[in-house]
Amino acid sequence: METLSEVLRANGLIVAFTVVGITVWLSYVVSNRFTRGRIHGSAIAILLGLVAAYFAGLETEGRRGVADIGVLAGIGIMGGGMMRDFGIVSTAFGVHLGELRKAGVVGMISIFAGVIVSFIIGAVVAVLFGYSDAESITTIGAGAVTYIVGPVTGTAIGASSDVIALSVAAGVVKSILVMIGTPMVARYIGLNNPQSAMVFGGLMGTTSGVAGGLAATDPRLVPYGAMTATFYTGIGCLLGPSILYFIVRALV
Amino acid sequence: MVIYGVALLAACLVSGLYIGELLGQLLGVQANVGGVGIAMVLLVLASGSKRLQSLVTGPSGDGIKFWSAMYIPIVVAMAASQNVVAAVDGGLLALIVGVLAVVVSFALVPLISRIGPQSEPLPPLEEPSASTTKRGV
Repeated sequence: METLSEVLRANGLIVAFTVVGITVWLSYVVSNRFTRGRIHGSAIAILLGLVAAYFAGLETEGRRGVADIGVLAGIGIMGGGMMRDFGIVSTAFGVHLGELRKAGVVGMISIFAGVIVSFIIGAVVAVLFGYSDAESITTIGAGAVTYIVGPVTGTAIGASSDVIALSVAAGVVKSILVMIGTPMVARYIGLNNPQSAMVFGGLMGTTSGVAGGLAATDPRLVPYGAMTATFYTGIGCLLGPSILYFIVRALV
Repeated sequence: MVIYGVALLAACLVSGLYIGELLGQLLGVQANVGGVGIAMVLLVLASGSKRLQSLVTGPSGDGIKFWSAMYIPIVVAMAASQNVVAAVDGGLLALIVGVLAVVVSFALVPLISRIGPQSEPLPPLEEPSASTTKRGV
């Protein structure tokens, strides 16, 4: 047993390929047998991953889901930012430049709309929960943008650490909901073509959420959504501690 | 050679991230601005370029296609390494903020999609393993 654990620990990434492979296989079996393919296998696999991350987090009290379990540390490498970005870029292979150009302007509009709308929602809820200082309201609003914009903004304008933690939590909730919710609402919001995928990526903005949500809906939409989503966090970090903060400060 | 395609892909990502980082500094932001998006544009341009055809066709192209097929497994691993406990423990405020932000953003997709030129819906997915597969839930 000890020898096995040693081998597994010493070959983290390889173990990750095995474990993820089995998970995906199991998910497709469940998808075909029990839902007759109606719920995508990839959606089930992502959900299984999230559930596993939850229980692992409870067990280890860590912040990286199953990656905090010694023998599964390789999943953290496979699912980390580096591999995620590498995978996302590879999906652009075969994308038509024309489609990107066609939706360029509306993509930009959606990014700004997405950042501002999410910010307003976060800020209003913060006020309803009794926060009255501009720093806390802005930070929670920024957390609704993404879980990166929240702490970047909070640190820049000097919000308290519990508010920053709250903004991260709000951003993580958003990211996970986008992963789970996208395949369910896709047909109702017309998410079936490159242009609406670019708008979707710009509005949601959370790279992980968009990456997971579109993968579970239709993998061919991934590059279009990811393209706009990767600009979103940068724009959010630009607007959060500056214009949006000034506006909030002027209002309270 | 498979590695040529992989190397092209990697070079696009590194260059894109570098440009994104520079953009961030230029704008005075502590974040990478669109690095991955820029990398994607670079890859699209490279695969359309006549001079680089040998890097994106045949076995070299397979090197890129392999990673593109590994994308969903990578996303599954990503999901499994999220801080789900923090999301659940964030309390009511975090939950309400997250849910509202997602619901309203979902609702805006069809509205904003109406702006500008429209693109055609993609043809239905064909999956060899599941002929009955329908998209979505």
